[in-house]
Amino acid sequence: MPTAIEYFKFLPKTNCGECGHPTCLAFAMQLANQKASVEECPYVDEEAKRTLQESSAPPVRGVTVGAGEGSFRMGEETVLYRHERRFVNPTAYAVAIPDVLPAEQLKALAQSYLDMSFERVGMTFDIDMFAVFNASGDAERLRSAAVALDGMCSKPLMLIGAGAEDLRPAAEALQASRPLLYGADKGSISSMAALAAELGLPLALRDGSLEGMAELVEAARGQGAEDLVLDLGSDSMRHVLERNTVARKASLKRSFKGLGYPLMNLVGSGEEAMKLAMLSTMKYGSLVVFDSLEPQQALPLMTLRQNIYTDPQVPIQVKQGLYPINGPGEDSPLLFTTNFSLTYFTVRADIEKSRIPVWLQVVDTEGLSVLTAYAANKFGHEHVAAAFEASSALESTSGPVVAPGMVAKMSGKLEEAVGRKVLVGPMESGSLPKFLKNLGV
Amino acid sequence: MAKVPMPKEKWSGAITSAALGDGSVRIGGAKGMPFLAFEDPDMPRPLLAGEVVDDLEDFPSIVLDFFGEDAEDPAAWAQRWKEMGADLVCLRLLSTDPDRRDRSPEEAAAVARSVADATGMPLIVYGCGLPEKDAAVMEAVSAALAGHRSILAYVEEDSYKRISSAAIANKHAVLAFSNLDINLAKQMNILLSDFGVQREDIVMDPLMAPLGMGLEYSYSVNERIRLAALNGDRMLQVPMVCDASQAWQVRDCAEEEEGLGDPVERSAWWEFGTALAALLSGADMLIVRGPYAMQLIKEAIDDLGGGA
Repeated sequence: MPTAIEYFKFLPKTNCGECGHPTCLAFAMQLANQKASVEECPYVDEEAKRTLQESSAPPVRGVTVGAGEGSFRMGEETVLYRHERRFVNPTAYAVAIPDVLPAEQLKALAQSYLDMSFERVGMTFDIDMFAVFNASGDAERLRSAAVALDGMCSKPLMLIGAGAEDLRPAAEALQASRPLLYGADKGSISSMAALAAELGLPLALRDGSLEGMAELVEAARGQGAEDLVLDLGSDSMRHVLERNTVARKASLKRSFKGLGYPLMNLVGSGEEAMKLAMLSTMKYGSLVVFDSLEPQQALPLMTLRQNIYTDPQVPIQVKQGLYPINGPGEDSPLLFTTNFSLTYFTVRADIEKSRIPVWLQVVDTEGLSVLTAYAANKFGHEHVAAAFEASSALESTSGPVVAPGMVAKMSGKLEEAVGRKVLVGPMESGSLPKFLKNLGV
Repeated sequence: MAKVPMPKEKWSGAITSAALGDGSVRIGGAKGMPFLAFEDPDMPRPLLAGEVVDDLEDFPSIVLDFFGEDAEDPAAWAQRWKEMGADLVCLRLLSTDPDRRDRSPEEAAAVARSVADATGMPLIVYGCGLPEKDAAVMEAVSAALAGHRSILAYVEEDSYKRISSAAIANKHAVLAFSNLDINLAKQMNILLSDFGVQREDIVMDPLMAPLGMGLEYSYSVNERIRLAALNGDRMLQVPMVCDASQAWQVRDCAEEEEGLGDPVERSAWWEFGTALAALLSGADMLIVRGPYAMQLIKEAIDDLGGGA
């Protein structure tokens, strides 16, 4: 990205204020922070604008696939490590559907994937895309399969075929749904890129070498295809890690434009596929295409994606509410904790370990942990009492209230506020099983 | 040909490398970020420790079903891990817990010795988690394993002196535990150094939070620790141990539930996902509970070219 000084060089330096900023330098600073656009200055000439736009293009291009509800974006990443800022657009998962299936079977297979859906910490996980595969070698067959899938769901499609002519009928029929075309190689780049450019669709390129890929990119751009996704091969975990890392680093750290696109992997099915998919999710992959995927694989994989793409500045929060653990009855103890996911999960796991039935009230502390929330005055007796009130915890239970040991101080005031005995629990969640057993309830 | 710039880093630091057991097993030694052969051509292979416990209460049945009768005998269980390609045994002496069988330090130490004798593998030994009892147990274990260099787990900021002394006395390594914080991790290593533990005798556990239970925190803390170490921070240049077995603490890992598929395979991927995140963020050694996960992790390390 250009710096403020680099922008400043192209400005008229008259401080005319027509852009709405007091001085040219102030405007340049806003440009460098991506809070203004060069277009706002009437005096920058067209050539300077082009130069600036070229060098201010994001290091990894954003590419949208699909249209409407199910569409998603890939790329636009700015860091190598998530702690530096965050990873932006989560890895998408696609499953392949061969076009040779009879219509009913094709729909049944797609439906089985649409039904595979999980709820986890307030998020719904499901398949993001279908990859319609021209197994028949018949372009008309691909078109009808793609149209059928497009009609039954809002998921974006990827069209996989050997050459431009195999893809054309399907691509034309679904142009408005913005499918991803796959995949142009050295031999087919010219006709594929022309088709993608003509229809304005995103195009996947495949080449196992970084240099070869950079050349394909150049060729595609030469034909006017700009929305590209790169498949650098998936032959081993080592190659996926190395190629993805080099491509991403070259784009971010060396301003190399030739590989600055979202990366994808075709992983197949079974154990090898899962290993590659987990690797790709952590190491810069934007799209992973499976031949098949089972629920016992999808849940851990999608949980991994949720974890890795969490914004480090915004912790995952659990919804405030009253949670039954181990099948509690009316007189089971009533524990409470914060809504910071890590705290909640730890406390929950320790209670589960005890096998003792418990009510757990989660209090909204804006994602802060017990001590931090207490210190920030978001986890006082009044907040706990209000949370009890909101969930009717005191009406639906009659057991003792247990306060986390760390906030023992609030127990007296909480007792007054809720009108029930408040016991002080252990300092560490790990001691909960022992504590609960000794409660003798 | 388009020339792609090779963004190779010039790191100024490296991770210490230390011998374990009879000297044939080494931990640490990385000179670049994980599995990037272009940065670190002689990258060492991360070590795998198979978990063995001496009290089976509350232990997951999926694992017990696999090991069968061998789970009743720590030495036999450890031998199974050896046959499956583990480099170490992670022995948890849970029976020393007063709420379990309250076994004496001497009895526990004899179990550790039997595992070492049966397998010849180095051990990483945990007590039951109660600092007072653990210190006494580790003193006995340290003596029982004298001459068979192992890792005594674990020491923390407010209880490290007795276990560290026990390690120094018989030339074992200690596992320095810290709670998801790069500064605390460094502080622990400084504390141990000041106490007289050599840097080669420290391995650290910055707490690997499992998949679905805070993995992202650990992933980033580990990466920051490894980057700081490679950039020259000596007090973070010690090998990192990550405990993937914690994956089994997560409710969705192995529970039977409609729509979540086969729990045996799911638990393997749950532990594998935790392990792969640990490996990619800098783990030099993993503790593994599930036999299926162990197999997958071993294959993944091969495929990533670890030790190649």
